[in-house]
Amino acid sequence: MPLVSIQNLTVSLPSGADRALATEGVSLDIGRKEIVCIVGESGSGKSITAHAIMGLLPRGVAATGGNIFFDGVDLLRQPADAMRRRRGRDIAMIFQDPMAALNPVLAIGKQVSEQIRAHQRVSETQALKQAARLLGEMGLGEISLKAYPHQLSGGQRQRVMIAMALSLSPRLLIADEPTTALDVTTQAQILKLIKHIQTMREMSVLLITHDFGVVADMADSVAVMRHGKIVESGATAQVLGNPSHAYTRALIAAVPRGASQLPPVSQIRPVIQVKNLTKRFRRGGLFSSTPTTTALDDVSLTLGRGETLGVVGESGSGKSTLARCIIRLLDPDAGEVRLEDVDIAHMRSAALRPLRRRIQMVFQDPFSSLNPRQTVGDSLIAGPRAHGEDVREARRRAADMLDLVGLSPQVLQRLPHEFSGGQRQRIGLARALMLRPEVLIADEPVSALDVTVQAQVLKLLDDVRRQMNLAMLFITHDMRVAAQICHRVVVMRHGRIVEQGSTRDIFAAPASDYTKALLAAIPGRQAL
Amino acid sequence: MGFTRRFLCRPTAMFGLAVFLFIVAIALGAPLLFSRGPFSIVGMPLLPPGASGLLAGSDVLGRDMAVGLAYGARISLLVGIASTVCAAGIGVLMGAVAGYYGGWVDDLLMRVTEFFQIIPSFVLLMVLVAFLQPSLASTVIGITLVTWPQVARVVRGEFLSLRAREFVQAARVLGMGDAAIIATQILPNALPPIVVISSMIVGNAILTESALSFLGLGDPNLLSWGSMIGGSRSAMWVAWWTTVLPGACIMITVLALNFIGDGLNDALNPRARR
Amino acid sequence: MNRLSYIGARLVKTVLITIAVVLLSFFLIRLAPGDAATVMAGQSGYADEAFMKSLRIEYGLDQPLPVQLWKYVKAVAQGDLGTSYVRRQPVAAVILERLPNTLLLDAFALLLAAGGGIWLGSVAARRPGSAGDNAVTVLSMLFYAVPQFWLGMMMVLVFAVWLAWLPPFGIETMGADYTGLARLGDVAQHLILPGVTLALYFLASYARLTRAAMIEVADQDFVKTARAKGLSERQVARRHILRNALIPLVTFAGLQASILVGGSVLVENVFSWPGIGTLAFEAVQGRDNPLLLGIFIVTAILVSLFNLITDIAYSIADPRVELG
Repeated sequence: MPLVSIQNLTVSLPSGADRALATEGVSLDIGRKEIVCIVGESGSGKSITAHAIMGLLPRGVAATGGNIFFDGVDLLRQPADAMRRRRGRDIAMIFQDPMAALNPVLAIGKQVSEQIRAHQRVSETQALKQAARLLGEMGLGEISLKAYPHQLSGGQRQRVMIAMALSLSPRLLIADEPTTALDVTTQAQILKLIKHIQTMREMSVLLITHDFGVVADMADSVAVMRHGKIVESGATAQVLGNPSHAYTRALIAAVPRGASQLPPVSQIRPVIQVKNLTKRFRRGGLFSSTPTTTALDDVSLTLGRGETLGVVGESGSGKSTLARCIIRLLDPDAGEVRLEDVDIAHMRSAALRPLRRRIQMVFQDPFSSLNPRQTVGDSLIAGPRAHGEDVREARRRAADMLDLVGLSPQVLQRLPHEFSGGQRQRIGLARALMLRPEVLIADEPVSALDVTVQAQVLKLLDDVRRQMNLAMLFITHDMRVAAQICHRVVVMRHGRIVEQGSTRDIFAAPASDYTKALLAAIPGRQAL
Repeated sequence: MGFTRRFLCRPTAMFGLAVFLFIVAIALGAPLLFSRGPFSIVGMPLLPPGASGLLAGSDVLGRDMAVGLAYGARISLLVGIASTVCAAGIGVLMGAVAGYYGGWVDDLLMRVTEFFQIIPSFVLLMVLVAFLQPSLASTVIGITLVTWPQVARVVRGEFLSLRAREFVQAARVLGMGDAAIIATQILPNALPPIVVISSMIVGNAILTESALSFLGLGDPNLLSWGSMIGGSRSAMWVAWWTTVLPGACIMITVLALNFIGDGLNDALNPRARR
Repeated sequence: MNRLSYIGARLVKTVLITIAVVLLSFFLIRLAPGDAATVMAGQSGYADEAFMKSLRIEYGLDQPLPVQLWKYVKAVAQGDLGTSYVRRQPVAAVILERLPNTLLLDAFALLLAAGGGIWLGSVAARRPGSAGDNAVTVLSMLFYAVPQFWLGMMMVLVFAVWLAWLPPFGIETMGADYTGLARLGDVAQHLILPGVTLALYFLASYARLTRAAMIEVADQDFVKTARAKGLSERQVARRHILRNALIPLVTFAGLQASILVGGSVLVENVFSWPGIGTLAFEAVQGRDNPLLLGIFIVTAILVSLFNLITDIAYSIADPRVELG
């Protein structure tokens, strides 16, 4: 008998939501000692299903049909107090953002001991001793029990969460996108840790994810969800090797391949040359003694027309700072940024303005990169108008530009909030292209998008680059995305360039240890 | 856009608006409604409401309470609106510059707003008005002076956060000038909190004005609700209407304004539903 | 060591604010019509030039501005706030005599407002949208709109005149000469009406803020984690929600202090409570500028000291605050 048997689960949403049911007739089994993945995009209902098992559905959302059997007992029909006793003891859950998921004002030792004492009659000292042991098992032996969450790194916080979850040896661990908010290398470590624990303690694990690569690495069996329904499920090898549903095929195909597709462009005509670029940040005001952080340390690179150069790095690597210094949203402290022959790194804004036409940017967050109170049309013509172009002419070109990015001209009159993330990124791209730039900087343009939409936008970016012969600087934390679209790649870490070269070379034979670690951390690299 | 509908949906906001408009109407129409000014004696002092055809009775000197209340409305509204407009004007200007440009201007503004937040502003107001000689002008000036830092703080916060938003960064990248960015990108998005805090300030200004005139620091030539209450202190125990009525007027006006402010807040931030 | 340097920095800020207040006061005196000599001469009846001149020399008013400023600052630093025109006594002494009464009233009102407000707010937050919650919201709005001085008068009317439960003014029953415990009880009785009047506005503020803070915190992920750990609702509410919701309230208390002083002036006047508030009113009536300014300086210093305390409390309550 499986440990968990979800049968025909239907969860309804409050009135006013974009659909009536979060999940509809979901059936899923989780065997003992099995790792099961639910994979889907945003709004698929995968997270709600996980929350329903724990009895943690948000206010207004309720399970209106079906059963969830845990070891033969229907959890949906349990009284509140009985359910509370199971939480943390029989079933444990960890969440996506460990910074938000830990109480900021309680020391980590206390947060772990509190769970132990909620279910067992032990003294605080004994509970703390257990907590220390658990944290040690998770690789946090060096950290004091009195530390606060904000003093730890993202990976360390997630380990604390896992320690809390395992403290009473639950039979089921539910992990809701546990690594999405973490760096790639940390992600690999945490997933490895989860797999290790699962084997050691013979637990069942339900892993929610949007990344098929993770599925390939971790899951024994997988269920694919879309719009609240399961479209396909089965053993991982089966589903991956022989997907029967079209959506599953689309999801698998959308995962960027870790193999590079593009040969390096020969005869690059450099249009951007960055030489010894340095940027430091000093926090605090006059009386503060906080040290300066060197975000960029003597960075040099070139970018040519017709090529896409990827800048890859984890958070804190300086890749975004680099982009912002090049486009002069930030002022570099030292070094040069040459736009053909002109050094724009320290130019005054008045002189810089006419040159801005030549370098444009696509931003990361589709929900923040468009002015919510301006129509799409006004946003698109704002740039040309600022450079003196005639309004009617600009509007005409705007309609053409929308066509180029795959949107209809009727979009011009509408407001941003009416569009999805993918559509907004297209609008952002159109806005950047309106000025007919030579250089396009794309700062993590697809990181906030669902996987299937990601693939479409990446293709669009590549097409546009070719059509308009742009020089594109592509910032990303995801090596797989870089491989898909970049001719050359620069790997950054702690503000320095660690390695650079053609994508093919770097992927085939990485020289530095860090690059090797980055490549090894890519989920599903072997299986896919 | 749905804003008007969201505002009209809330019964308290509608009620507040109706009451406020009514009071404005009375204030504007006072000279037309009553043939004599509020200072003229109409009969015996301390007549209860209803006696001798006096709607609200008479005060300690035998003046018509109803006329006094109507004229008092003029003063309260005038001071409330005038000082809010001035405080908001100064506050928006200072806050915008500090929030957008940062640097030492911002540091300086922060010190100033902190200073005004910490020192007891009412005592400072008393000092100012006393030294400038109590008058309508000194009241408005005084209230403006102690209120603008609040507005500046809120505006600065909004500008600071908006400036970091990607669509403003995009505007810079497109090559828009600072003035154009502030006017077309930032201000339209910063307007909602400015409007909300302004409606709150009007209520506060009315309360402050009434407190000042209660203490005798209001314009001695004008009758305001606060001075009516102050003047009724000796008679309060035997003639409750001389105290209760003006105070009730203040309360209803400020309440109406607060309802409007809440309604505006909800209508402009549909996300903040609780 | 870090906390000490944090306290040190805040202390420096308090001193700077005090200096700014003193400077401001000095310039405010210049605003007053005429100068000290005119006022005093006017009061004593002599107005001829010679007398005025001698007065000016006596009070150092003929010296150049920077010299006067320096003398003023030096005097204030030593606790000399000038001499009251009306009472002919040192301002500092006059203020010190009345200060404890105001502190008693303000402290009582603050405790009542904070305690009552936080309790009401947390009760309202537990069931948003319920009848209880709406009642709290409506009452809060009412107390925001009420002029404090008028509320005081209404309280006197209802509780002291009509119902005759509590005394209408003063701090003690006149002529009764109680001592010890009886005196304490008498003062306590007199404290209730003005204290409650003063507290009500802030009670509304605290209730609203607590409610808003708790609702916002309750939505955060770590509350979900707490439930996922199997903690009881009470534990979640107390240890996780309330504990985090209280953090902004600490700073809020500091900000409210300056408004409390202002409210205190009004309430003391209504209830003839012998504190600094009534003193300020007398100073205004009698055009006693040194006294008025002295009150301004003393209250400003007190409030900034209180803010220092709340800043330190905040740094203890929230471990994320960067020390030093």
